[in-house]
Amino acid sequence: MNDRRSFFVLTMLVFGFAFLYLPIVAMVIYSFNASRLVTVWDSANSPTLAWYVELFKNTQIMDAAKLSFRIASVNATGAVILGTLAAFALERYRRFRGRALFGLLTTAPMVLPEVITGLSLLLLFVALEQAVGWPHGRGSTTITIAHMTFSMAYAIVVIQARLATVDRSLEEAAMDLGARPWKVFVVITLPLIASAIASAWVLAFILSWDDIVITSFVSGPGSTTLPQLVFSKVRLGVSPDINALATILVLIVSVAVVVAGTYMMRRDRRRMRDAQAALGATG
Amino acid sequence: MNAAVTAVGAVPQASPAPYVRIDRLTKRFGDFVAVRQVSLEIQRGEIFCLLGGSGCGKTTLLRMLAGFETPTEGAIYIDGVDVTQVPPYERPVNMMFQSYALFPHMTVAQNVAFGLKQDGTGRAEIESRVREMLSMVQLDGYEKRKPHQLSGGQRQRVALARALVKRPKLLLLDEPLGALDKKLREHTQFELVNLQEKLGVTFVIVTHDQEEAMTLASRIGVMRSGEILQVGTPADIYEFPNSRFVADFIGSVNMVDGRLIEDEPDHVRIECAQLGGIVYVDHGVSSPPDAPVSVAIRPEKIQLSRERPEQPDNVLQGVITGIAYLGDATRYLVRLPTGFVLRVTAPNVFRHEERLQHDELVWLQWHSSSPVVVTR
Repeated sequence: MNDRRSFFVLTMLVFGFAFLYLPIVAMVIYSFNASRLVTVWDSANSPTLAWYVELFKNTQIMDAAKLSFRIASVNATGAVILGTLAAFALERYRRFRGRALFGLLTTAPMVLPEVITGLSLLLLFVALEQAVGWPHGRGSTTITIAHMTFSMAYAIVVIQARLATVDRSLEEAAMDLGARPWKVFVVITLPLIASAIASAWVLAFILSWDDIVITSFVSGPGSTTLPQLVFSKVRLGVSPDINALATILVLIVSVAVVVAGTYMMRRDRRRMRDAQAALGATG
Repeated sequence: MNAAVTAVGAVPQASPAPYVRIDRLTKRFGDFVAVRQVSLEIQRGEIFCLLGGSGCGKTTLLRMLAGFETPTEGAIYIDGVDVTQVPPYERPVNMMFQSYALFPHMTVAQNVAFGLKQDGTGRAEIESRVREMLSMVQLDGYEKRKPHQLSGGQRQRVALARALVKRPKLLLLDEPLGALDKKLREHTQFELVNLQEKLGVTFVIVTHDQEEAMTLASRIGVMRSGEILQVGTPADIYEFPNSRFVADFIGSVNMVDGRLIEDEPDHVRIECAQLGGIVYVDHGVSSPPDAPVSVAIRPEKIQLSRERPEQPDNVLQGVITGIAYLGDATRYLVRLPTGFVLRVTAPNVFRHEERLQHDELVWLQWHSSSPVVVTR
């Protein structure tokens, strides 16, 4: 009975992981393929790092990656600042006129089809340019603003969830001890929601990093983000340097996840030990 | 102080000017009235306890004293100054929260120093005052610990130190012992009183635990549905409750309905159908004759005996239907011929004693000063 169950669990595990990760593994393997054709394995000359060299020589890809990185960072920072403010308003000021509407509107971009968000933003930018002359043309500025509008919604959800668990009496205690509201926010609230802000930042970064639909609407001729580039390359036939690029990205993400995971596990373990020590001390 | 005297001019000046004066305070949340027309005067150095069940408005009243809630009507004066509109960070008041609200990302020393830092106190002074305060609550050597490294009792003491280090005029305590286990509670409540006496800070405590209120408070205000029903010393509240609710809420009590049949200035007789007899009370009551009243008799004020007592009044007979031996005392349930069950507590004075048995027929008696007659 126990044996059969563990066999079942094991099978499910293997199939689950295979389903999720085999494509990525295949891609990683093919990034070392010498052949120019993505689907044909050139066993004579493989493995090779040729495509990695090619990749770093390809200024088009590197420029697109840099642009995407810049847009994603600025977007994440902006989204987190706006998201924190909105989350604070929603969570800490329980009664204000139009609160329900405000809550609804901030999260609407999550459920709105991206095509609609993209199109409406494009129309807005064009109208704005005609009316006030800003933003001038479409480019990284408009892409960043567009990304902020929808990644902010996710940032709000993440930060608000954390804020809801922060005991209000902590803020009241700080105020009671003489800290003005702004000071309370900076020295008490912010440190307590720092981890949520960090995850919101990463989430916003990733959302922006791989967005293509909205970007397509609001980008201009001089600004091609990495996903746009990959997408257009794929349409012309996949070139193997894309595999190399993707492999590098997978590597970065894996390292980040492992580091963050280890750190959090260590912290939890230390907290648990401390708590037990404190209990033991009282006897 | 001068300003205060003119401001409170309407109040009779017989007693010393109150340190904290709450004047017809009302707080409404929408249609709900949390606190209704509460007026209260608290003297300097007092431990005043607001006692009531959950939702009675005691916490709202405390939060208004701290400045977290703005009163709908009324005013609060502390040391003669109207603080009704003063924000919490400018009030000479500190609060110890029920959850202690220690800042989890700061050490014990940083927690205690927080309030002084906000005032821009010098570094050396902060350090010495934090050290002094921590040794007062017996936490020397714990400066560098984080709150999660402390036990419940230690956290409570850090919270207390943090609230007292600014030397507030008034310290508010929200269920200060609520989160501690029973043994620690008894120990802590005496410590709390000692500390209060040493520092002379005026305490206002909110609690739902009557034992906590009785041991800590110099005076208690019993609250129900946003109103203060009675204010007095613990003994006043226990021995002279002014209403059914207070008598019932504080301690255990036998409450019987009755009707005034003889109303003299120096004594009354009350017919109680539930007891199947007449209760003689040796003091007058201010109640219209024939009005329905309630008679409250504390269980420890009733004596049980096997022989018929000699006193003429307040004697009944019943059968013991329940016995709970508690060590220091024994609780009995005695059923009267009418079917009404009286609770009686008897101290266990002797080790060897022929104790009363189940189903035994016993006499009950009480002194004519013991019953309390309440009309509402």
